[in-house]
Amino acid sequence: MSKYTDFGTPAKTSANQITLEIDGTQITVPEGTSIMHAAMVGGVTVPKLCATDSLDPYGSCRLCLVEIEGRRGFPASCTTPVAEGIKVKTQTPKLADIRKGVMELYISDHPLDCLTCATNGDCELQDMAGAVGLREVRYGYDGENHLQAEKDTSNPYFQFDPSKCIVCSRCVRACEEVQGTYALTIQGRGFESKVASGTENFLESECVSCGACVQACPTATLIEKSVIQHGVPEHVVTTTCAYCGVGCSFDAEMKGEQVVRMVPSKNGGANHGHSCVKGRFAWGYATHQDRITTPMIRKSIHDAWSEVSWDEAIQYAASEIKRIQAKYGQESVGGITSSRCTNEEVYVTQKLVRAVLGTNNVDTCARVCHSPTGYGLKQTLGESAGTQTFDSVMHSDVIFVMGANPTDGHPVFGSQMKRRLREGAKLIVADPRQIDLVSSPHVKADFHLKLRPGTNVALIAAMSHVIVTEGLVNEAFVRERCEWESFEFWRDFSAKQENSPEALSEALGVPAEDIRAAARLYATGGNAAIYYGLGVTEHSQGSTTVMGIANLAMATANVGREGVGVNPLRGQNNVQGSCDMGSMPHEYPGYRHVSDDATRALFETAWGRPLSKEPGLRIPNMLDQAISGSFKALYCVGEDIVQSDPNTQHVTHGLESMECVIVQDLFLNETAMYAHVFFPGASFLEKSGTFTNAERRISPVRRVMTPKNGYEDWEVTAKLASALGYPMHYAHASDILDEIAALTPTFKGVSFKKLDELGSVQWPCDDANPAGTPTMHIDEFVRGKGKFFITEYVPTTEKVNAKYPLILTTGRILSQYNVGAQTRRTQNVTWHTEDVIEIHPHDAEDRGINDGDWVGITSRAGETVLHAKITERVQPGVVYTTFHHPESGANVITTDNSDWATNCPEFKVTAVQLTKVTQLSEWQREYNTFSKEQIGFVQHPKNEANV
Amino acid sequence: MKVEQLITMANQIGTFFKSSPDTEQAKKDIAMHLKRFWALSMRLQLIAHTQENAGQGLEPIVKDAIIEHQALLA
Repeated sequence: MSKYTDFGTPAKTSANQITLEIDGTQITVPEGTSIMHAAMVGGVTVPKLCATDSLDPYGSCRLCLVEIEGRRGFPASCTTPVAEGIKVKTQTPKLADIRKGVMELYISDHPLDCLTCATNGDCELQDMAGAVGLREVRYGYDGENHLQAEKDTSNPYFQFDPSKCIVCSRCVRACEEVQGTYALTIQGRGFESKVASGTENFLESECVSCGACVQACPTATLIEKSVIQHGVPEHVVTTTCAYCGVGCSFDAEMKGEQVVRMVPSKNGGANHGHSCVKGRFAWGYATHQDRITTPMIRKSIHDAWSEVSWDEAIQYAASEIKRIQAKYGQESVGGITSSRCTNEEVYVTQKLVRAVLGTNNVDTCARVCHSPTGYGLKQTLGESAGTQTFDSVMHSDVIFVMGANPTDGHPVFGSQMKRRLREGAKLIVADPRQIDLVSSPHVKADFHLKLRPGTNVALIAAMSHVIVTEGLVNEAFVRERCEWESFEFWRDFSAKQENSPEALSEALGVPAEDIRAAARLYATGGNAAIYYGLGVTEHSQGSTTVMGIANLAMATANVGREGVGVNPLRGQNNVQGSCDMGSMPHEYPGYRHVSDDATRALFETAWGRPLSKEPGLRIPNMLDQAISGSFKALYCVGEDIVQSDPNTQHVTHGLESMECVIVQDLFLNETAMYAHVFFPGASFLEKSGTFTNAERRISPVRRVMTPKNGYEDWEVTAKLASALGYPMHYAHASDILDEIAALTPTFKGVSFKKLDELGSVQWPCDDANPAGTPTMHIDEFVRGKGKFFITEYVPTTEKVNAKYPLILTTGRILSQYNVGAQTRRTQNVTWHTEDVIEIHPHDAEDRGINDGDWVGITSRAGETVLHAKITERVQPGVVYTTFHHPESGANVITTDNSDWATNCPEFKVTAVQLTKVTQLSEWQREYNTFSKEQIGFVQHPKNEANV
Repeated sequence: MKVEQLITMANQIGTFFKSSPDTEQAKKDIAMHLKRFWALSMRLQLIAHTQENAGQGLEPIVKDAIIEHQALLA
């Protein structure tokens, strides 16, 4: 089914070109290229089984043997590099005999069930049997064999059938080289050799279900269960994953409108053919029975829903918005977009709010994750985006990971990072918790700075102190590229004794000598790159830390070329894009402030409506004003603020205070339980558009099936705009992207046509950079001169005390995605059925808590109950949980504390106490009752109109 | 919106900018941050609090910034 050419071994780069002759054809390739790869470049196919170009050559199958004039024997073309002037023959009678003999042996121990095999027609073993002309097996099939070997079906997504295994080791090598997990091995020798996971079955092993082994398997040994169920796909549509900020490109392999499997695209600019368990397998939610596909309305959240036509739902929503604006004023309404929306959906939603509703009250879920990135990088470097490509990490000598967990949160990039670390790059991890990167197979952090939650700025200050006082600043770079006066202020501030590692060590909980050594390594270890995540941004000083990180990069000249930079790892697939598209209340698309007269005039002309020059309300502001009575209607597209925002009680109080909440989503999410209008949404498989990933890569989302709700999401927004008296004349998402390009300088050169041609493109994409901009700030910062900011450490006001002696911090795990609305509706629940609270053994012992006990977690905001998991991954005094399940109520206990600049919530620091309990919290019991009632309102809508 | 919440947020902003060695610039930066990121209704509420309650609860540098740059903020 694959549409890609497999060159057998990876491509090589070299300044030296080698010319050789293969089957009479002169071929020139870079030095170091294998003969197999060179042959494919020249259009000559060499039979192979153990070779594939995503893996290093192995030379075990003996099928790719060739003859080289003047050399003895039959070298394997996969492991033999090209040499100048050699003459190679790939097809000779002797080679044919050898290959046929090899295949004969393979087939003598292989089931002869091709016609009923799930990979019939998509099997390399079958292809090779044909290629070598195998017609009989002289040995018969009665000898000792593996044909009765038992299948392992433990993994929910794929099976392992050892009876079909040829022990080529492709799966083992894929697990090692591509994924970096080392879950598989070849056990035994000779005839006893077999692929093994080291445990009873795949599910119990270290396997992370990334699918690399399945993809690498040349037979039906490792195969997707969906292929077994549906058969071999018949057409392919390339699209973009709807999960994390890596933005992997996937080939949706289809049978009509049935997805058979999602295979990572070899040409994917972000993933290069790799995937994780979410993107590769967890797409079944798109057709889950919980999908709501008919619009619904109701007068009160205590009423049952009434299913209505799209026209009726749209007209009702529009009439409510008009009524509320007439009664309470223009600023009484607003909208929220999601990073799960496409760029085009975000754009039309913010356009509706600004141009049709006449307010800038539009915000996006980046408010609660990476808004400090947008602010901090704009202030220091001049652009609200990361500076590099993901591939840049392969040129890094020092990798500094701060407040991020790439192997869980951004798994495909995590694997790429691990590849570079296995090549020898140094690693600094700053995290309160022992993330997998700290110590995993063949990867060990040089420094794990196990800082206390809430002390990021102190760490940056201490590292800055070392760099400044030990003469590690690259002054030439700073003088040329940065505002000198701002540097002098920062230098003098950093040099103060109060910012020394020794002075801050106690607050940080990290030995001063480790901080000094880490700072020296960062400043002097070669190309140094910083990767950070929500462990940096979701703090009361989130923006300060981002600016501090940029200070470090500028001071050490680690910005403006490959291998270095400041790299925010965005949580959701389109965090970058949703921010790019002007969904923040103070900015138009392209990060231009609403008060800028020229920009506002540009949009007023294009949109034909007067626009407000005042910033609008942020999400927490909307909720606060709802509670105080001045904010009355919300259009919430693809976002679930009840589950994902802090202090759940405050969020629900805000929603209950509104007169009209319109939710557009796939499912009756937690926010929809407080809604009056429900617009069914379309999944990423059902719509066209673009996502922009963490490296500014704009990738196409292509529709592979008809929307089950009838419309793509941008169409619903356009219908609402029309009902409000502002028709939007788009025929296709590409028309919206064209409008974005026309109005946004950094997107000027972007179009569906260009994405079809290039696959993807990184903005800025304009006349000067028609193919995009992989690395930013090369000769000059976007703001001109880089600006240093003084970043003083200010301890959070969320302090531990006798009543709340522990710090709760939150995070994500590999198999679940954010609020879990998608992944909870897939077999990923196999790995994670509930959120648990991680607690250090000492803290557990003090409280008499055993592993698996119900534990009450009480904060200043609320209380919830989770099962305890006792682990040394967390340090004493710190507890950790995830928020993938609504009934967990993780955000019932997080507080309203937020970042000073952006109001990004301080999810990562909540003072709590833990006690052993025997029942759910009051909030959970009320939630269960409320949730059950709300779900009942959908399943059993009242017949009579109640609106 | 509760004015206490606005006071807390404004003081947080003030805490960041007061690190600047140039106090006048810090006050300008505080005011400009409020102007660029806060909705007008929130700014007006804070100004009213500054006028009617002598800015009770506000850090001195924040109160000064609001008073000195009131024309910008209103």
